[in-house]
Amino acid sequence: MSALLQIERVSRTFKGLRAIDDVSLSINTGEIVGLIGPNGAGKTTLVNLVTGMHPATAGRVRFMGQDITRLAPNRIAELGIARTFQVVQPFPRMSVGDNIAAGALFAGGAGSLTAARQRARELAQQVAIDDLFDQPAATLTLARRKRLELAKSLAMTPKVLFLDEVNAGLNPAEIDDALRLISKISQSGITIVVIEHLMKVVLSISTRLIVLHHGQLIADGPPQDVVRDARVAEAYLGKRYAEASRRAPA
Amino acid sequence: MIYLQVLANGVVLGGLYAAIAVGFSLVWGVLNVINLLHGSFIILGAYVAFFAYSLLGVHPFLSAPIAGLILFAIGYSLQGTVINRVIHAPVLMTLTLTFGLDLLLNNAMLLAFKADYRKVVLDPPLGSIFVGPIVLPLDRVAVTALALLMTYGLYRLLRDSKLGRAIIAIRMDREAAALMGVNVLRMQAMTFAIGAFMAGAAGSLLSIIYPISPLNSITFLGKAFVICVIGGLGSVGGAIVGGVALGLIESLTALWFGPEYAVPISFALLVAFLAIRPTGLLGRRGYE
Amino acid sequence: MRMVVILVILAACLAALVFGGNYALRLATIFAMYATLALSWNIIGGLAGYPSFATAAFFGLGTYASAILQSSGMPMVFAWLLGGIIAAGFAALIGLAILHLKGHYFAIASLALVEVVRELVNINDRLTGGGMGLNLPITHGSVTQQAVYFLGAMATLALITLLSAAAVQRGKLGFALRCIQQNEDAAVMLGVNARLYKAAAFTLSAVFPGIAGGIYASWVHYIDPSDVFDILLSVKPLVMVLVGGLGTLFGPVVGAAVFLGLEEAVWRSFLTVHAAVLGALIVALILFLPNGLMSIARRLPKAGQA
Repeated sequence: MSALLQIERVSRTFKGLRAIDDVSLSINTGEIVGLIGPNGAGKTTLVNLVTGMHPATAGRVRFMGQDITRLAPNRIAELGIARTFQVVQPFPRMSVGDNIAAGALFAGGAGSLTAARQRARELAQQVAIDDLFDQPAATLTLARRKRLELAKSLAMTPKVLFLDEVNAGLNPAEIDDALRLISKISQSGITIVVIEHLMKVVLSISTRLIVLHHGQLIADGPPQDVVRDARVAEAYLGKRYAEASRRAPA
Repeated sequence: MIYLQVLANGVVLGGLYAAIAVGFSLVWGVLNVINLLHGSFIILGAYVAFFAYSLLGVHPFLSAPIAGLILFAIGYSLQGTVINRVIHAPVLMTLTLTFGLDLLLNNAMLLAFKADYRKVVLDPPLGSIFVGPIVLPLDRVAVTALALLMTYGLYRLLRDSKLGRAIIAIRMDREAAALMGVNVLRMQAMTFAIGAFMAGAAGSLLSIIYPISPLNSITFLGKAFVICVIGGLGSVGGAIVGGVALGLIESLTALWFGPEYAVPISFALLVAFLAIRPTGLLGRRGYE
Repeated sequence: MRMVVILVILAACLAALVFGGNYALRLATIFAMYATLALSWNIIGGLAGYPSFATAAFFGLGTYASAILQSSGMPMVFAWLLGGIIAAGFAALIGLAILHLKGHYFAIASLALVEVVRELVNINDRLTGGGMGLNLPITHGSVTQQAVYFLGAMATLALITLLSAAAVQRGKLGFALRCIQQNEDAAVMLGVNARLYKAAAFTLSAVFPGIAGGIYASWVHYIDPSDVFDILLSVKPLVMVLVGGLGTLFGPVVGAAVFLGLEEAVWRSFLTVHAAVLGALIVALILFLPNGLMSIARRLPKAGQA
């Protein structure tokens, strides 16, 4: 396995506040990485930093060997890093099809609008929203909007896909569907980073877990090791509970 | 030595400029409405002072609050009936609406007052004082002092009164303010009316310095724009800093390049500030 | 419905050419000019959603550039085109500096451009005649011949603008602008080079008004800053587009026709209050028809079905 994305000692400060503090990690081709941490740990900030929305104030980000730290977001998207948003961001008055086609046209290398719409149709089928292909995106239910987000990102033919809380607000059945979809996308050769604050959700599909807490990386390893890590338990449960749960089995 | 005089000229205008802009800034900052009527409000206030002085002999310094109240009433009813209806609409709509209203008001003033330039000529004139080598025209000093006093009054109103806190609450979070029992619609109308009050009172004061006509309302609107952007939108402090900055810019460009360059240079600075530092000199937003 | 409206407008133009005399020729020329300005504004204001008030700056720049070029001996038509290119170059440069601004801030920056350019023209009176204005070389031919000639020029420009607008709407640029208008951050994350596309839209919104300015200057023989940098030249196109429908292809043309009709009626009957009547029209439009006249047309058939 080779490192597809390398994050080297990056920090991001907002008005003196360190949202990301000296984080280093790498993502390898073909992985499904779970990026977890309690609310406010800096997960979305890290995604914003990689995708160029809020570039790092220190450190470097490399993608396939190229330094992308200061690249414009649209350039980074073209290079093959796609993301979905925690709060879904469709183009509300455009049709579902055109929403997806936008990804294909501007980052997915579709040569023409016709080609982009063709590709959009295939992807809409893949995520099962093709019945609403010509509807304005604003009319979709939340679960379907999340799938639309996914299709838009896939249309960009990404090499890495960051899924920011794609499961938030979904019911258990919908979460199962979403997880199946993620596995399928992974099998098609796309490296995936799933951002979640609920550990349970990602445990079943991740090949590796990365844990952020207060902007710092506190664990990085196979899921079974990470869940037993004392610092992770502390971050999630608070110090007292973590100690209690450690004593309990002993 | 000439620089001392030029700086003094700039600062002496600064206080008046702050008063010209602070109401505009308040409406923009709290309601997110750019009130293109502001220039005409100022001119209307100036006409109140002009007629009060020429017909009734009331000194503009005394008629300023009356002009303010008249504009307050106009502002309150305009906001309540028309502007509130589009307050959540996109920028394009609110801007175009206030432009249309300004065409109406300005045309009405042209019909009522004619296009001739007029000025309040105080009798006897106030004269000048000398501070070392600097000459200070007393009328300008008095106007700026009163204007600053008014601006300070607005600052205290916003900080200390229940009304002021309600306005600030709306500025920060309209929904939360409504939940806390603030009558949002009424307070929005009050905000717009207070902005109009400041315009009217400032217009009244400036009638003894500048010739006025419905035709130059746009000049004062332009100044308000420049002051808000350079000083920083949405705070009383920003209006004062921006006001003094504009006063200095105007007197310095007049010295260096000639008075005809004052407008293009101040507007070029406005564009430059927007492009490079849209938060203005004070660098923060909000009427906290 | 849409085709009917267009055909009516075209027929009216033809009738004007054939029967109307000089007054109708003048009206038709103004209509073509208004349509050009409205179609151009629609690219940046309607499609991209950036409330530009810079149209008057582009128009005025075009008038002065082509007037000065002609007085230094350049043939008229070349001067018009070069005037358009100068306006476009100006827009491209300024656009890169101010198009990262949103909402009010962009609106004000674009408004300030008009003031800056106007005052610069005022000051450089050796070149521009300053506030005294500038006379243009007299064109040859009878009054009617000239009127027909300039109508032809302006109508050709309007047609080219319409075709360009259609190409933009159907193409990648228009698609990108619609994405930007609806959610710029998301568009950028999808790989849309928003900076480039916005600058392109702003440039396109300048080139045709720049050329229109040149034709206008030659047509009226005399220009002065308060006339050609009139802020109403920025506001009228926007009102026309609002009347006709934001972001639509033919809306600006319909809006221009409706606006011109109202303007003429108002000018003739209420000379001293025409600004007030225009203001009242704008207020009524924003309050009662924010989606334009076309929205009535769209609503009617639905009501019929129900």
